Amino acid sequence: MSEFRFAVNVLPKTGILDPQGRAVEGSLGHLGVDGVSGVRVGRRVELTVEAPTEVEARATVERLAGELFSNPLIESYAIEWVEIHAGVAG
Amino acid sequence: MTRIGVVVFPGSNCDRDTLRGLELAGAEAVPLWHEQGALDGVAAVVLPGGFAYGDYLRAGVIARFSPVMRAVSAFAAEGGLVLGICNGFQVLAEAGLVPGALLRNRGLRFLGRDVRIAAERLDTPFTSLVGDGRPLRMPIAHGEGCYFAEEATLDELEREGQVLFRYVGADGRRAGADGDPANPNGSLRAIAGVLNRRGNVAGLMPHPERASDRLLGSDDGLPILRSLVAAAARAEHAATRPEPALMGAR
Repeated sequence: MSEFRFAVNVLPKTGILDPQGRAVEGSLGHLGVDGVSGVRVGRRVELTVEAPTEVEARATVERLAGELFSNPLIESYAIEWVEIHAGVAG
Repeated sequence: MTRIGVVVFPGSNCDRDTLRGLELAGAEAVPLWHEQGALDGVAAVVLPGGFAYGDYLRAGVIARFSPVMRAVSAFAAEGGLVLGICNGFQVLAEAGLVPGALLRNRGLRFLGRDVRIAAERLDTPFTSLVGDGRPLRMPIAHGEGCYFAEEATLDELEREGQVLFRYVGADGRRAGADGDPANPNGSLRAIAGVLNRRGNVAGLMPHPERASDRLLGSDDGLPILRSLVAAAARAEHAATRPEPALMGAR
C-alpha cells in the first residue's frame, strides 16, 4: 500500500454569482491596487488516501470531490496530486 | 394525536421552537436524533433551522450523510411528508430531495429580520390552511439563503407548480431581483420555498415556527404548520385503512 496526498480545489462555477469574490475585488481599491479582475473565492481540501495504486486512490478522491467537497450544481473542482509515500506498512 | 418528528442534528438550534410550533398546531411533536436510522413511525418529518455540523464545508452537506437522513430519504421516496426550514431547507437541497441550491446572500451578510412571503400554491400539504395568497410575515435568520437553480430548472419549477413561496412586499407585490429590499438575499425569481416534483417534500428559508404565536410578534407561520399537521393526519389515516382494491382481492 502507498499513501497518496491530494488537494481538491473547489470554486464557484463560471457564471454563478460569487459575492465573496466580488467583495474581495471591491476591496482592492483600498490597497491601491488596480488592474486586477476575475477574483473567485473557493476552498481547498487536502487529504491522504491509502491505496495500492494511484489510480485507485484517485478514484476515491474523485468520488469525494463530486459528492462531498463540491455541489455539482454550483461548484466545479480540480484534483491536484501533492505527494506520494510509497510502501507504507500494512 | 398525529406524531411529527423534528430531526435534531448537532448544531440544530430551532428544534425546540419547531417542536413547540407543531404542538401549537395540534401535533404530538417528538425529537429524532441524527444518529438514529429509524423514524419511530412518525407521520411527517421536519428538518429544523440551525447550523447542522457547524455548517462546515457547505451548509447542510455533512448532515445529508447522517443516518437519520438515509431514513428521511427513504421516507420521502415512499411519499412521506418532509418539511425543511432554513438550515433544514439547505439539508434537503444538498440531499437532492428538493431542486436547487442556497448560495451566500448577495449582500454577504447574515440576515435576521422579518420578511414577507406569499404562498404560490394553496393546494399542497404545506399550505392548504394558509387561506389565501396574502403576505405572511415571519423572520429569516440565515447567511446562505439565496435560492439558485439553472434557468431551465427555474422554468420547469414554474411550469410544474413547484415554486411554493416567494418573497413579496407589504402590498403583496412579488419582490424584484437584486437590490429590492423585499428580496432579502437576492434569490432568483424571489423564490423563498420550493416543492419536489411529487409535492411531498418542501423547503423554505423563513421560519414559520418563529411566527407561530402572537406573543412572538406574528402568528402568520402557524397556518403552514397547521397545514402540515392536517396533511400528516390524513396520511396516517390513509395508511391505517386497508386499500379497497386489496380488500376486494381477498
